[in-house]
Amino acid sequence: MSVLAIVEHDRGLISPASLGVLTAARNLAKQMNSKFEALTIGADADALSETISKYGAATVHQVHHPMLLDFGPEAWGESIAQVVRKTLPQIVIGSGTERGNEIIAQAAARLDLPAAMNCTEFSSIFDGTGPLRVVRARWGGSLIEESQIEASIKLVTLANHIVEPIEHPESTTMSVVDVDLDSSVIHSFVRDRVERVAGVTLATSPVVVSGGRGVGSAEGFAPLEDLAKLLNGVVGCSRAVTNNGWRNHTDQVGQTGTRIAPDIYIACGISGAIQHWVGAMASKNILAINIDPQANIVTKAAYAVIGDLHEVVPAISAEIKRRRDKL
Amino acid sequence: MNILVCVKRVPAPGARINITQDAQQVDTAFLGFTISPHEECAVEQAVQLVEKHGGEVTVLTLGPLEAEEQLRTAVSTGAVKAVLIPIDVQDWDPQRTADAIALVITELETHTSKYDLILFGNESADSCGYQVGIRIALKLGRPMVNGAKGLEVENGIANIRRESDAGVEIYMLPMPAAVGVKEGINLPRYPTMKGRLASKKVEITRSVANAKIGGLKLDKLRRPPERVSNTKILGTGPDAAPAVVDLFEELGLLK
Ligand SMILES: Cc1cc2nc3c(=O)[nH]c(=O)nc-3n(C[C@H](O)[C@H](O)[C@H](O)COP(=O)(O)OP(=O)(O)OC[C@H]3O[C@@H](n4cnc5c(N)ncnc54)[C@H](O)[C@@H]3O)c2cc1C
Ligand SMILES: Nc1ncnc2c1ncn2[C@@H]1O[C@H](COP(=O)(O)O)[C@@H](O)[C@H]1O
Repeated sequence: MSVLAIVEHDRGLISPASLGVLTAARNLAKQMNSKFEALTIGADADALSETISKYGAATVHQVHHPMLLDFGPEAWGESIAQVVRKTLPQIVIGSGTERGNEIIAQAAARLDLPAAMNCTEFSSIFDGTGPLRVVRARWGGSLIEESQIEASIKLVTLANHIVEPIEHPESTTMSVVDVDLDSSVIHSFVRDRVERVAGVTLATSPVVVSGGRGVGSAEGFAPLEDLAKLLNGVVGCSRAVTNNGWRNHTDQVGQTGTRIAPDIYIACGISGAIQHWVGAMASKNILAINIDPQANIVTKAAYAVIGDLHEVVPAISAEIKRRRDKL
Repeated sequence: MNILVCVKRVPAPGARINITQDAQQVDTAFLGFTISPHEECAVEQAVQLVEKHGGEVTVLTLGPLEAEEQLRTAVSTGAVKAVLIPIDVQDWDPQRTADAIALVITELETHTSKYDLILFGNESADSCGYQVGIRIALKLGRPMVNGAKGLEVENGIANIRRESDAGVEIYMLPMPAAVGVKEGINLPRYPTMKGRLASKKVEITRSVANAKIGGLKLDKLRRPPERVSNTKILGTGPDAAPAVVDLFEELGLLK
């Protein structure tokens, strides 16, 4: 009787989402009176056992295989499936990240079991028997689903930033589990990698100046670039903008773009459709600049300026420069 | 080279998503419908690959009869064949969907050669299950990678580019293969005149498939609590600039 947490890592570096997963797995195991176990995949993750121990796992299963030298969705999914068949946990919980969802789906497909991704809640009265009630995000979080998983073994992923990681050190036993992987799973393997250059990105910048259809053209973004530069921020945009080819998709905020949580989000000429809003709603402050006082983004934002962005944005930049010059 | 793309009909809500009285579905009374954005890009990528290497693109959907509309849209942007698996509700659970689609693809492949590529969206826009494509690929014995931001084909290999927190990863899948595509991989084209005509004429193949209900059961849908904001209007037009910059100073942005 156990809850198995899948530890996501990249070449031995634990993913921050995994700490929430470990915490959630511990809570569930306690509630169900079950054992809290964790799984690390690949020898380069062995060193993570120390961290996992801090979060209270009674056992860490480690799988080693020459095909697990780097991430591979099928090799990882197959490894999880084999460990699950051997250890028969009641719940398997992974992280609601790109990799986390992918490997849980791979494992679920191999075990022919249902899986619920990006869960935000698990039934607090679940004792290990019967179906598991979960709450999960649909529409990228714009809508919530309440579901039941009916299966002997429940596979789930935990939505990001839902569970605050809490340490709870425990003495942990290591167990090396043999897996048998054949060449059918080796194809989806990282063949090459170009490391990301460090620097601020849309996802991490504390200031985002974003433009929508109201900007009108690619050239129309020049004043937004100016303002972003003055505030040491970056430029974002809506899907209407990327669809028109005015900016690259890497700048898109929203359900199918980037989720952001800056100190301030300045939305210029953006109506605030739900799929855009879901990407920007974690911002600490939102300032909307829009000609329409009824626009969804205006009614939801903390601050707004009603007016033509082509006049308002340059006026704001001019005012910043004027104050700076006076210093 | 023959490519199959699996697309899903989803509503296109604007400012908020309303839910039906029985809390089972999105209330679509006043909504238009669309293909999930990732899948729109999958169709575009398939069309571009075929333009380069020859062959044809088939689109497939499992959905209500009205989903014909999305198949025709895909044809108007370059697909040539369309397959509908009709169901009498909006949606099936992920296991059932995957089982039915895999059955139909197997059936289709008895008549033609194997599809060199089967493309999916990274996740569907409405249910966001992150699994239907992966389940289908496994059933059909194809290698599969999700989240592709680049997809090129050379010498029987599908070269996939995918972004992770660490950087850009390259995967190489021997074809036949399956790939989940993410928005941003390309900029989908608008329908052409010729495409529009073809979309009216295309014969949509109907394939009936049943499959048993899976283990993920929907109880109900609800909206997340809405943020209520007493929006502070800082002003109107360019005259608002000083008030905006005061706010920036207050938030410590001008240091
Ligand atoms: C499944 C799905 C996923 C989606 N994912 C995303 C996503 O990730 N990101 C995203 O952004 N969208 C997404 N969308 C699209 C979304 O529904 C909207 O269509 C899109 O966000 C609209 O962009 P917009 O606000 O720029 O344009 P519009 O809705 O057309 O709004 C333009 C706004 O600009 C204002 N305006 C016009 N001129 C001016 C001016 N001169 N000065 C000031 N204001 C002006 C108008 O009053 C209006 O409010 C998705 C849609 C679907 C169906
Ligand atoms: N009803 C459907 N018809 C056709 N393709 C589907 C359907 N549901 C899901 N898919 C495909 O599977 C992908 C992943 O879906 P999901 O598991 O719901 O996130 C989608 O992007 C589609 O390509």
